[in-house]
Amino acid sequence: MMASKRPKSTGDKKNDSADSAGSSTELGLPDDIFPLVLTSGTQELFECRVDKDVTRESPYKILRKEEILKDMKTRAAVSDFHPIKQTVLNYPGEELLLMFDRDFTCGQNFYLVLTEESKKRILEPPVSAREDTAEGTSLDSPPCKTPECQPWVSLGSEREIEEESVRDSRPRLKYRISRVRRKFGAPVTFTDCNAQESKDKYTECTSYDDRKFSIERMEITTGVQAVPTLRSISTQTRWTYPRNMCSQYEFREFTEEEKENIANSENFRNFVNSVVSRFEVAAQQNMIFDVFFNDWQALHEEDGIFGGKVETHLKEYQSFTDLHFTKEKTISDINWHPTINGLIAVSVMEKLSSEGKINGSAKLLQNPPLIFFWSFSDPINPQLLLECPDDVLSFQFCPSNPNIIVGGCMNGQVVLWDVSAHADRLQGTRSAAGKATSANECALPAFQDKRELNTPVVRYCAVSGVENGHKARITDVQWLPENFEISKAGIPVENKAHICVQVITCAPDCCVMFWDIRLPRVTTHSLTERKPKVTETPHLNRSDVPNTFKHLDLSWKPFIKVALPKKGTGAEYSPLKFSLRDNMNDNQTGGSTETSEQNLEKSEGGTEYALLRASSAKQLKPLEDISTRFYIGTQDGEVVYTDWKMEKDNDSGRLLSTKPSHCFLVHDGFINSVRRSPFFKDIILTVGGWTFAIWKEGVMNGPIIHSSCSPKKCTVGYWSPSRPGVFFIGKEDGNVEVWDLLEKTHEASQTQNLSTTQITCIKPWIVPPKQHFLAVSDHSGTLHILEVPWSLRSPSYNEKSNMAKYFEKEVDRLIFLNKRKEMRAKEKKDKEAEEQKKKMEPKMPEKLEEQIEEENLVHYKTYLAMEKVILKNMGLLSDEEPALN
Amino acid sequence: MAEVEETLKRIQTQKGVQGIIIVTAEGIPIRSTLDNASTVQYAGLIQQLVMKARVTVREMDPQNDLTFLRIRSKKNEIMIAPDKDYFLIIL
Repeated sequence: MMASKRPKSTGDKKNDSADSAGSSTELGLPDDIFPLVLTSGTQELFECRVDKDVTRESPYKILRKEEILKDMKTRAAVSDFHPIKQTVLNYPGEELLLMFDRDFTCGQNFYLVLTEESKKRILEPPVSAREDTAEGTSLDSPPCKTPECQPWVSLGSEREIEEESVRDSRPRLKYRISRVRRKFGAPVTFTDCNAQESKDKYTECTSYDDRKFSIERMEITTGVQAVPTLRSISTQTRWTYPRNMCSQYEFREFTEEEKENIANSENFRNFVNSVVSRFEVAAQQNMIFDVFFNDWQALHEEDGIFGGKVETHLKEYQSFTDLHFTKEKTISDINWHPTINGLIAVSVMEKLSSEGKINGSAKLLQNPPLIFFWSFSDPINPQLLLECPDDVLSFQFCPSNPNIIVGGCMNGQVVLWDVSAHADRLQGTRSAAGKATSANECALPAFQDKRELNTPVVRYCAVSGVENGHKARITDVQWLPENFEISKAGIPVENKAHICVQVITCAPDCCVMFWDIRLPRVTTHSLTERKPKVTETPHLNRSDVPNTFKHLDLSWKPFIKVALPKKGTGAEYSPLKFSLRDNMNDNQTGGSTETSEQNLEKSEGGTEYALLRASSAKQLKPLEDISTRFYIGTQDGEVVYTDWKMEKDNDSGRLLSTKPSHCFLVHDGFINSVRRSPFFKDIILTVGGWTFAIWKEGVMNGPIIHSSCSPKKCTVGYWSPSRPGVFFIGKEDGNVEVWDLLEKTHEASQTQNLSTTQITCIKPWIVPPKQHFLAVSDHSGTLHILEVPWSLRSPSYNEKSNMAKYFEKEVDRLIFLNKRKEMRAKEKKDKEAEEQKKKMEPKMPEKLEEQIEEENLVHYKTYLAMEKVILKNMGLLSDEEPALN
Repeated sequence: MAEVEETLKRIQTQKGVQGIIIVTAEGIPIRSTLDNASTVQYAGLIQQLVMKARVTVREMDPQNDLTFLRIRSKKNEIMIAPDKDYFLIIL
């Protein structure tokens, strides 16, 4: 509403506002109007009823002041005009203007204009405005007339103009340059001149960076135009259709002719010549320095010890006890199966006590002695049982055919088993611990259980005759290696068959016997021919016993008996263990499965042992490089070095065994192990009594290392198969000691207790790759399998050469010691001789006393004379003084 | 001709030499002491390698050229002497 806007502007200029217009100021309204609520009663009274008297078109109503005052008096506080009572009283004029505010712009439906001027303005100007607007705005401003020139008001712009304008700061200088007239038109020669040659021909003002100079560009006028970049691209596809195509190539080669031509050419020759020299350099380099040596890897072997936690203890891997059979029995020998991993055979026998030995035969019938085959996959049931005629003290697998086993019994018999029939079953256990499948598993569980539960028992297939064999218990049995065999005279000869055919046994009955599993050579004697036939028929042919060794059964005889007479006394040594130089058995620790498998294949090709015949000594070539000497450990603790070659006794023409060359009494108890080192062929470990000793073959003065007496008896010893300086000693109290000669030589580097009873046998084994086991058996019949930790199984850098050096040093020491001993002995002898001589010499006669005195006097006189002469010479004595007498 | 043979024989008898192959620049073997299949295989593979090596050296410095290439592996070593027209490969 225009009218409502007006009072606002006037209100600005004239600031006399009523204080009761406080509420209107709050609302933001101009000061001179006051919103008012008029009730309908009031509206009737003043004739300003909404929509009847007062409408939008005519919103005014003039009210007389007196009437308002009268109303206020009559109604006092209730009057609608009460809030502006004071204003109304002050109102100068007579009439007040009441405006109807239909749109509530001021907050109420009426408002009262409070000043005369505004009343006038509201009433009048709208009238005039209404009239004027129709006529246009030209009436607003006064009629247009040309603007008069008014004096220019400077606003500061002429300063800028002055700044911009360019004026001469000084009057312009005028120069006139002229040349001499005669020089005009003269011929001129122009030459080039380098401006840089002489400095004065030019001057330059180089631009430089003036630090003080700064002009900032205030404004730039540039034009910008945005244009889309335009590119034109085109593509064209070539339509190809798929086609079948193939290509075949072969290497380009020259024909022979072409090759010849090229080879003959000059070019080629030159090339070769020039190039060869380079190669020679390279080849020399290679020879000087081993290119392929991997330093990094070599370093690793040493460092392995330092990394992390070091496991040095032998970890228990598995242990086997059989409750039925091994009650109150002890294990006498352990052997790992040479080809099948995880299979181990154990011979069990009665615990030997003195009464037991005598009454041994009584117990035999109750519990037949057995050899157990244990497999890692089945710790409760043995895989196979071998029946023995008597307690077996020692047995061995045949290296060339692991199905043949030879054993030596308590009663002096040698026993042979053939387990070829059960080879499959044993092979099935090759899939070792963890895998349940074996070749023999049936689909039906019922059958499977029965077969698996019943451990087959294999009876021995051949046994030597009691009268032919040893008279005492056989304590050691070994197969002869397959590369040679022994003839009747004890000479090692070539073994054509390349399978192991001969066995050596020893017993405390003072002899070492050599047995051959083949029939002796067929001689012309008809008796010997018939004998085998005769003895065959009455023999009970048990169905489950293979016929492999039928020819030997009960008639087996050793072909060589080596007796061991003692030097000088006429008594004999009673051997318990022996060790041959070229014996393969000591070295067989699993690494050589390949060679034995090959042998197995060869033998599976069907060697019928019965058909083998011992060949005549003359046909076979004797082998020179095989030593026939061997070490024996005896019951009295002696170590004997002897030869098994038989000598021909000149008197009787019979073959007799040679006398042992050396004998050493070193141990204080019976010797229970004689073992060769797998790394050094001439180092032997003997264990007996409370000590152990290491010998070197060839050094006949004594053991190169002899340990100190330990508090407990040493019962068994064995070398480690992978570390040259390590061996294991078993003790009486169930301890297994690990000795590392490079670490400590005065005591064991490690001791571990395995059981409460004494250790009876230790055998290590390597299962490739890199799993080393130690089989340890104890007196109570339990077999423990231990795993050898990395620190004990991997050799340190250069361990073998270090060990070799160590042994050499020990040998030197021994030799030195001996020399010293001899020297001392000689010295002693010499000293004694001297003393003797002294005593023997005649005594010098005693001088008489007077003679002695006279002599002394003479001496004294000569001394005085000498003194005088010296003093005279020195000038201390004058001639006048009489000489003192 | 004979001296060439002699020289080659001399190299062959040195310690550690397993075989010799002489190849043209294109990779066709002229002479070899190994069996045909290996010869051809070696020739093809090594020719590419030598080309690559030569380009590498030349690119770095155009005045330079490859004189000798030695490849050392875990098990053996291959020595190659390139020339203008031929290579000599020694195993």
